[in-house]
Amino acid sequence: MSELNEAPASIQLTSSGQLKHFLTVEGLSRELLTEILDTADSFVDMSAQQVKKVPLLRGKTVVNLFFEASTRTLSTFELAAKRLSADVLNLNISTSSTSKGETLKDTLMTLRAMHSDMFVVRHSSSGAAHFIAQHVTPDVAVINAGDGRHAHPTQAMLDMLTIRQHKGDFANLKVAIVGDILHSRVARSQIHALKILGAGEIRVIAPKTLLPSHIEAMGVKVFQEMAAGLRDVDVVMMLRLQKERMQTALLPSEAEFYKLYGLTNDKLAYAKADAVVMHPGPINRGVEIESAVADGPRSLIMNQVTNGIAVRMAVMSMAMSGQLTDIQKQPELI
Amino acid sequence: MKIKIEGGRVIDPTQELDQITDLYVDSGVIVAIGDAPDGFGSAEVIDAQGKVVCAGLIDLCAHMREPGFTRKGTIASETAAAAAGGITTLVTPPTTSPCIDNPAVAELIQDRAADAGFARVLPMGALTRDLGGEQLAPLHALSSSGCIAFTNARQPVPSSLVLLRCLEYAATHDLLVIFQPQDAALAHNGCIHDGANATRMGLNSIPETAETIEVARCLLLVEQTGVRAHFGQLSCDRSIRLIEAAQQRGLNITADVAVHHLLLCDEDVSEFDAALHLIPPLRSPLDRAGLRQGLVTDTLQAICSDHQPQDLISKQAPFADTEPGLSGLETLLPLSLKLVEQQLLALPQLIEKLTSAPARILGLDDGTLEIGSRADICIFDPAETWTLNPEKLRSNGWNTPFAGKTLTGRVKVTLLGGKVVYRD
Repeated sequence: MSELNEAPASIQLTSSGQLKHFLTVEGLSRELLTEILDTADSFVDMSAQQVKKVPLLRGKTVVNLFFEASTRTLSTFELAAKRLSADVLNLNISTSSTSKGETLKDTLMTLRAMHSDMFVVRHSSSGAAHFIAQHVTPDVAVINAGDGRHAHPTQAMLDMLTIRQHKGDFANLKVAIVGDILHSRVARSQIHALKILGAGEIRVIAPKTLLPSHIEAMGVKVFQEMAAGLRDVDVVMMLRLQKERMQTALLPSEAEFYKLYGLTNDKLAYAKADAVVMHPGPINRGVEIESAVADGPRSLIMNQVTNGIAVRMAVMSMAMSGQLTDIQKQPELI
Repeated sequence: MKIKIEGGRVIDPTQELDQITDLYVDSGVIVAIGDAPDGFGSAEVIDAQGKVVCAGLIDLCAHMREPGFTRKGTIASETAAAAAGGITTLVTPPTTSPCIDNPAVAELIQDRAADAGFARVLPMGALTRDLGGEQLAPLHALSSSGCIAFTNARQPVPSSLVLLRCLEYAATHDLLVIFQPQDAALAHNGCIHDGANATRMGLNSIPETAETIEVARCLLLVEQTGVRAHFGQLSCDRSIRLIEAAQQRGLNITADVAVHHLLLCDEDVSEFDAALHLIPPLRSPLDRAGLRQGLVTDTLQAICSDHQPQDLISKQAPFADTEPGLSGLETLLPLSLKLVEQQLLALPQLIEKLTSAPARILGLDDGTLEIGSRADICIFDPAETWTLNPEKLRSNGWNTPFAGKTLTGRVKVTLLGGKVVYRD
């Protein structure tokens, strides 16, 4: 009965279905996600070589626009762009324009006027990357490096690459995502990616205060206890718990959270014997994960970091190629 | 000034009138329906064949933005929009700057509206000083200066004791209190209904309890004080049930709903479309069904626009960072007509909810075409289709989720006090 039209065709794809922005995993096809993983795999091999550069983005300008502080994501995006031979500009906007009262739109229009080719955007508001791609700079490739609680698609894809490297096919996998689901853009993107890639079962484990309402609608099974939730799982994906959460009524204390949901070797014993452990970092040792687990033989946390560069190289090169195809089809934009 | 409105379908629920006939206006007053009164003589003729002639619409909630926020809208621009929407009387909330907590602001708003001459603007006075929720505003003085009702807008009075005192004082002077219920803590930072879409998009949500808890608290205090009370822009099915139960207990309360809540739901909020950032938020399909049912059972007596014009920049940001609201004066009638097309209401029933029902809620004599009443009249073509182009709106607010949509029903002529204030 809706009075409005259906949502427009995905704004992150060209008319022929190529990636031209990378805003969210949601709505993309299994073929496209697999293409991202395959492309990333080829860059993983390349990164181990003596010469680590390819000329795919030569002559292009990539602007890393971080409205929120980040070390890991920013540095891997910077490295990825440089290994693709792009010119890279890092802007930490949280301490610059917005504090002078400039709107997001004005900031973006200014950077566009400098003939940037790609924006890598992190912003504290959900939908910021969509807003930029849709209303500000449709002719510049936009890569979402994390928007509010909404999406962190490159993190999810590097997680998928890591799982695929260690477990192969997704179809038989049981995957548990543990911790602060409510505030996590990582969890949302992981859920979409696992669903699209056909994971056998996706679980979330958290107390009700850290679960958003209607999370089941995303296709996950909800557990409140680690013992039941980790039973027979192949992959345990931990989430970072921000310490500020203790100051509100979400949790009574770090100690209680660790006791109930912190991943220790004891709790990991509920999972399959060959289950692997992942974490997007930065980790809080003794809050959501025990050091013995984080540094243990089943931890893939360092593999995730390495894969992060390859996945970011893959989506940047694919989006730039899609964006160029689109622009060639619409010469009036040049 | 004499006017003959010729050959229209004249609908007036207050007289159970629905027939094709002529209507005569003289000196700002309706003087006859059917045959011309003796000695009417020559007059301006408005051809209303194929059109509906009804009382001018009365909108229970429309933000004018003046004083204080004139970059979003002015009394002149927004009343011009009202006239184009067939609205002749509108009630404006006290959330101006300064807010309507002293007679000077109330008088300024009415004076500016009178100068513009497009529509009558009735201010709602603030229930507490500066809408701060602590100190009683001068309700009697504000009432004497034209405030039609009192509200603390969508900023609930935190202390139930202070709220009780406000209601007792309003009851003392038989003043109408309007609630726009929303619990501050539960709604904090929220921008969308607490549903699957909010979770998917990672947006801070507003649960239905943000509304129902405040509805329940206000209802209990209304019952204790006996004050005349009205609930504005309800969005949840459970709110309707609370209101219905209270009405059945004999409480003297009324309620309205914004027209877009009858047509849209939270599932429509996709792709972070800031035009659909609304407060109260669009709720679930079940809530929408409850609101529509409440309209049929007359638990909800009136339909309003909840007009909230915004300038462009207020909507150009990521969803949660935009300002809420839509520009609704010029779409109130065509959107409401969808309810007739969907066979939820008959046309006379709809017209009642847009004219005589809001008049009754406010205690006004308007909203009728009875002989001797003020000639506030709306003439519209119920079949004309048109495409909504925001840039062609008279309102300064171009913020509408219906941009580019084809609407059916178009206002052709609006008369305010017997004077043509809009002609399509």
